[in-house]
Amino acid sequence: MPTIRVVAFARLREVLGASRQIALADDATVRDLWAALVETEPRLQGLESGLRFACNERLCGAEQRLREGDEVALLPPYGGG
Amino acid sequence: MFAIVDEPIDPRALEAAVRTPACGGVVSFCGVVRESADDGRAVIGLRYEAHAGLARASFVEIADEIQATMPEVRLAIVHRIGELAVGDIAVVVVAAAPHRSEAFTAARSAIDALKERAPIWKEERYRDGARAWIENRCGEGNR
Repeated sequence: MPTIRVVAFARLREVLGASRQIALADDATVRDLWAALVETEPRLQGLESGLRFACNERLCGAEQRLREGDEVALLPPYGGG
Repeated sequence: MFAIVDEPIDPRALEAAVRTPACGGVVSFCGVVRESADDGRAVIGLRYEAHAGLARASFVEIADEIQATMPEVRLAIVHRIGELAVGDIAVVVVAAAPHRSEAFTAARSAIDALKERAPIWKEERYRDGARAWIENRCGEGNR
């Protein structure tokens, strides 16, 4: 059961806090991570529109497999500038 | 020259950092906190968050792409995070080049790309006490 560190931003940070740890099944993907978070925090439902992910400071897709110690960033639609 | 900072940005210092004696044109774009939202509501300030590592990497990537087509352009891109008041500078792009045409083009390209690709978030705070996260609309290019 790998433990993943999740960092969240903007409206997702308001629900999840700046960071938290979550234990996932072996071979879990980023998609599985998001599903597990939504199960824990139903307020995340509906916030996946436009959501991007990064694993260890690199953008990644939802099918990315996660390993012990990975850090996944949850990036809602951008608003800089 | 590519940074996320939590203090006021000095555009003059960035200009000094990028320009060389070969540069005949220096274009600085400052994005400034405006007193009203797009829907007309009175804004008292903004709060910005960023994924600092990814945002800085996106600035470097944007500059690399611009320099691939305009090798003589020199760029600085700095975005501020935290609490900003109306009139504060939120972002500065400086483009310096031998001639003005490249400098204008590069500055415009850089700020447009930043809005689309940099993991930075903006929360508007209104006079009536409400707050809202504001998303950049893709491809708008003119806001």
